[in-house]
Amino acid sequence: ASTLVLAEHEGGSIKAQSLSAVVAANSLSQDNPISLLLAGSGSSLHQAAEKAATSHPYISQVLVADSEKFAYPLAEPWAKLIQLVQLKGDYSYVIATSDSFGKNILPRAAALLDVSPVTDVVDINGPHQFIRPIYAGNALCTVQYTGVNPCMLTVRSTSFPVPPISVDSKSGGPSISEVDLSTLDEDSVGKSRFMKLSSQDTGRPDLGSAKIVVTGGRALKSAENFKMIEKLAEKLGAAVGATRAAVDAGFVPNELQVGQTGKIVAPELYMAFGVSGAIQHLAGMKDSKIIVAVNKDSDAPIFQVADYGLVGDLFEVIPELLEKLPEKK
Amino acid sequence: MKIMVAVKRVVDYAVKIRIKPDKSGVETQNVKMSMNPFCEIALEEALKIKESGLAKEVVAVTMGPSNCVDTLRTGLAMGADRGIHVEAAPDLVPLSVAKVLKKLVEVENPGLLLLGKQAIDDDCNQTGQMIAGLLGWPQGTFASKVVLDKEKQVATVDREVDGGLETLCLDLPAVITTDLRLNQPRYATLPNIMKAKSKPIKKYTPEELNVEIKSDLEVVQVTEPPKRKVGVILSSVDELIDKLKNEAHVI
Repeated sequence: ASTLVLAEHEGGSIKAQSLSAVVAANSLSQDNPISLLLAGSGSSLHQAAEKAATSHPYISQVLVADSEKFAYPLAEPWAKLIQLVQLKGDYSYVIATSDSFGKNILPRAAALLDVSPVTDVVDINGPHQFIRPIYAGNALCTVQYTGVNPCMLTVRSTSFPVPPISVDSKSGGPSISEVDLSTLDEDSVGKSRFMKLSSQDTGRPDLGSAKIVVTGGRALKSAENFKMIEKLAEKLGAAVGATRAAVDAGFVPNELQVGQTGKIVAPELYMAFGVSGAIQHLAGMKDSKIIVAVNKDSDAPIFQVADYGLVGDLFEVIPELLEKLPEKK
Repeated sequence: MKIMVAVKRVVDYAVKIRIKPDKSGVETQNVKMSMNPFCEIALEEALKIKESGLAKEVVAVTMGPSNCVDTLRTGLAMGADRGIHVEAAPDLVPLSVAKVLKKLVEVENPGLLLLGKQAIDDDCNQTGQMIAGLLGWPQGTFASKVVLDKEKQVATVDREVDGGLETLCLDLPAVITTDLRLNQPRYATLPNIMKAKSKPIKKYTPEELNVEIKSDLEVVQVTEPPKRKVGVILSSVDELIDKLKNEAHVI
């Protein structure tokens, strides 16, 4: 077997989520060399490739596709790139993380290769048997892939945590090779153009990988009040999350939404304030280690998944927490 | 311009699902079925585009057993001009759906293909990307805003991505998949429900469209997710802080 992992990089490093895909690949079969595919342009791409080659022991090869076409994560050129690399390398598996990057690109590439991908893998039962949530996580489906190579997966990074990496200084680490793009099929490339990315840089930890997440729901009532959640998050060194209702009401931007169609998180500690616990929200956070729920309504479904519940008014509880919680170390 | 919208019949979003005792799947007999909410949003967007004068016709498409016609009628009652029903077995994999859609696109020549970003039953989030790939069309997935420019023949799409809001410009024809915040789908009014009964629905089979339906995925079993153990209700903030510190060791 052999695996191609589609990785994302930023600022000269592989994104943490992409390493989860490497961890998942490593658990597929014993003899399974992993090639990491990195694309982009400029020095940060090559920096990321160097770093990946020297610091991640599971990776046996780093493939670099250097072209302006990959400057932005557009599905059209990226899907063609995966097709090109697959046709050359004949991998048994192609894996990406099931974030907005992987989910956008991998199915398109799968269609070009005429295979069915498996979305949101949370567990691997055997070389071709995978477990994935369906119905917003209200059921788990075990599927067997019976098609030809490659078997294509997107994996949930929260289900494949990356162990602390011991830097192995073994000689002859993974090779870095450039992908020959001279035969890249240009059909449909250029039909989509990147205009801009608007995001808020808050300086807080990333929602997808934070150890503590503090989430607010509609009960916060306004964007102004939602700042209490942000203050509490700062005190705990936590990321801020929100329910769909809070995003729809305009309290916070969409990238903070936790749930079936937002982000899937599984931190050590998840604190939900004024969150009722709709199944779509629970789908995004119920794998958290410890769940705390604070809600006025003692019948709120969130209490059914909470380890610690507090029935009370968040406008009293949050200030008290801010006062009494120890400063983060 | 013509807009084609793909719609799927799923277990209503408000229904608490039951897993079949033999673990072969989720019970859909005698369960309320509805149009997938993301598909409703896709159809609403198509209707809005038509109402703004940028499109002439909205064609709704569905695939599956004969009862999927109900979902198509819902779409016609919302305002689609006509429907296409491809009679097929239930549980088509997204790759098969994409292949059938490709044939229908070749027949109908729409300038825009709209789909929901995912169906709330299998949560696959694949079909739009796959049909775009098969057609060689540009794709704008997870759209929360769509602006068409008829003169330039482009669509500007805001996409909800992990890092924030991404804006793309797509040459038409294009595939767009819709996210929750794109719009608020309308309800079908009674007169429109009556009118929908006489709107045309064309039927096809995959064979007629020359698509071979096969699956490279087998469902082994469907099971309940593990339940979390029952937690405790605390009485004060002090108690909460104590538990988090000394029992859970998370702060």
